[in-house]
Amino acid sequence: MGNTSSDLSKKYKKVSPVREVMSLLVRNKAAMAGLIFLILLVGVSLSADLLFDYESQVVEQNISERLQWPSAEHLFGTDEYGRDLLARVVHGSRLSLSVSFVSVLASLIIGGILGAVSGYYGGLLDEIIMRITDIFLAIPMTLLAMVIVAALGASTTNLIISLSLSAVPTFARIVRSSVLTVREVEYIEAAGAIGAKDGTIIFSHILPNCIGPIIVQTTLRVAAMISNTAGLSFLGLGVQAPAPEWGALLSAGRNYIRDYSYLTFIPGLAIMLTILALNLLGDGLRDALDPRLK
Amino acid sequence: MSNSSSPLLEVKNLKKYFKTPKGMLHAVDDVSFTIDRGRTLGVVGESGCGKSTTGRAILRIVEPTEGEILFDGEDIRSLGKDQMRRMRTRMQIIFQDPFSSLNPRKTVSETIAEPLKLNGIITDKGKRMERVAEIMEIVGLAERLYNAYPHELDGGRRQRIGIARALALNPQFIVCDEPVSALDVSIQAQILNLMDELQEKMGLTYMFITHDLSVVHYFADDIAVMYLGRLIEKAPAKELFRNPVHPYTQALLSAIPVPSIHNQRKRILLKGEITSPVDPKPGCRFASRCPYASSRCHSEEPQLKEIAPGHFNACFLNE
Repeated sequence: MGNTSSDLSKKYKKVSPVREVMSLLVRNKAAMAGLIFLILLVGVSLSADLLFDYESQVVEQNISERLQWPSAEHLFGTDEYGRDLLARVVHGSRLSLSVSFVSVLASLIIGGILGAVSGYYGGLLDEIIMRITDIFLAIPMTLLAMVIVAALGASTTNLIISLSLSAVPTFARIVRSSVLTVREVEYIEAAGAIGAKDGTIIFSHILPNCIGPIIVQTTLRVAAMISNTAGLSFLGLGVQAPAPEWGALLSAGRNYIRDYSYLTFIPGLAIMLTILALNLLGDGLRDALDPRLK
Repeated sequence: MSNSSSPLLEVKNLKKYFKTPKGMLHAVDDVSFTIDRGRTLGVVGESGCGKSTTGRAILRIVEPTEGEILFDGEDIRSLGKDQMRRMRTRMQIIFQDPFSSLNPRKTVSETIAEPLKLNGIITDKGKRMERVAEIMEIVGLAERLYNAYPHELDGGRRQRIGIARALALNPQFIVCDEPVSALDVSIQAQILNLMDELQEKMGLTYMFITHDLSVVHYFADDIAVMYLGRLIEKAPAKELFRNPVHPYTQALLSAIPVPSIHNQRKRILLKGEITSPVDPKPGCRFASRCPYASSRCHSEEPQLKEIAPGHFNACFLNE
């Protein structure tokens, strides 16, 4: 043999998984475009306070400048109260992104664990978890969110709670069904035969092989969350005026769509580009994480 | 504990029933046998006869319904979850399908290292790498495949990974569940030779499940024939091929192709329907297809009896 362990570890050092995935992602132009866009977006939303003052530029009304089309002074124009739309879109990204990311993450974790447990153990536990999620699925999302916000009061935190809760059943179902298909494969049996405990089997053998549908669902859900936030804000249950939020901006602009279409077009474009970027990144990530597609 | 004269594995009245909507499916029904240390028991039978279930029930990958499994004198059915996990380091399994039995997201070395890591056998990472490289060499995997993924390799190499994973724990006993039936004939021979070599070197005991009679002829010391969950005949390999007693075994052996035009063997063609394994009727399970069946065969179940030293048979014909 003649191999000492230091020889081996030098020769077959495994690249760290993050670096490996990144190196594959770099090759995927669409995914990189999505990633760069999202990084810029997050950067802008983090530095929103430096770019525009919240009190004087985002919230304060200035009726004399109302409804101006985009110009050098107001790149995105002004709304019906004379507020600069660019400032509002930039500050709005904070709420839109944080609300949708946090609620998707929360529902992914909760729904993912419920689905994995339910799919792996099956039997009575599965039955109980799935029937409860069925009850939640039977209630329309908006109605459910309305009930929660009505009970807890309208605030951003409660908005996040209600949005996450409404997405938990979908994640639980998707993770469960992928776990069910993977659970029966022989390498799961093999893992048991070499002494793996349930936790190891679920987290190191089953879930990594379900990552595709989970990533796709997650990116799609972020998009849905942005529009759901908009819907709830429109009903007065989400973000409260005058705070800017993309969905709220969109629905406020709706009244002026005939004469001042930029009021709907620009927030709508922001939402669309974010969702597109997320989907591109999600697709790229799914492929980069699959060793079979190298 | 280990007593070199006693058999390594002793299975007594093993039963595994599955609940189905139509009734109880008797996958393994009252099967008893022993395997001596360092020997190979070949288990043959058509698909669905319960041979794979028997192998899995012995490792408690599927929980047996009834029966005793003595491994090195210890009743493994009485072991708790953690004790069983420790016991599995001594008994391992090689799977049939080298494609589905390997996690596609783990590299060759990760798959082989996992049993060492999980059971805390080698906790130092560098030493573990060394051991993995050593096992890879033993099973004939080139060192450059260390970080390869299973999908990059052919069936034979993949099956070597499966063997390496089973060997990593240094087991005494390996259930081989049709380890070569998914491979090309040329690769089959390589894998069989490898397993043969390993048995000699490491003193392994095999339970070799297969439907390929020529493989078992070459490979096994003893052969057990199963039919619909029942063990119907068991004998040393040579004896069984020379002198098959059970009508089913005779029919099975007559189906082996002879590579000669002039010396054709007369084939025994079985007619009739296979009895359903769901809530089987009393009587011999082979009776509906047996050319010699009498009324007794339809009402009474023949038991396994020793008809010659080491030759067991379950049929009324030879009593």
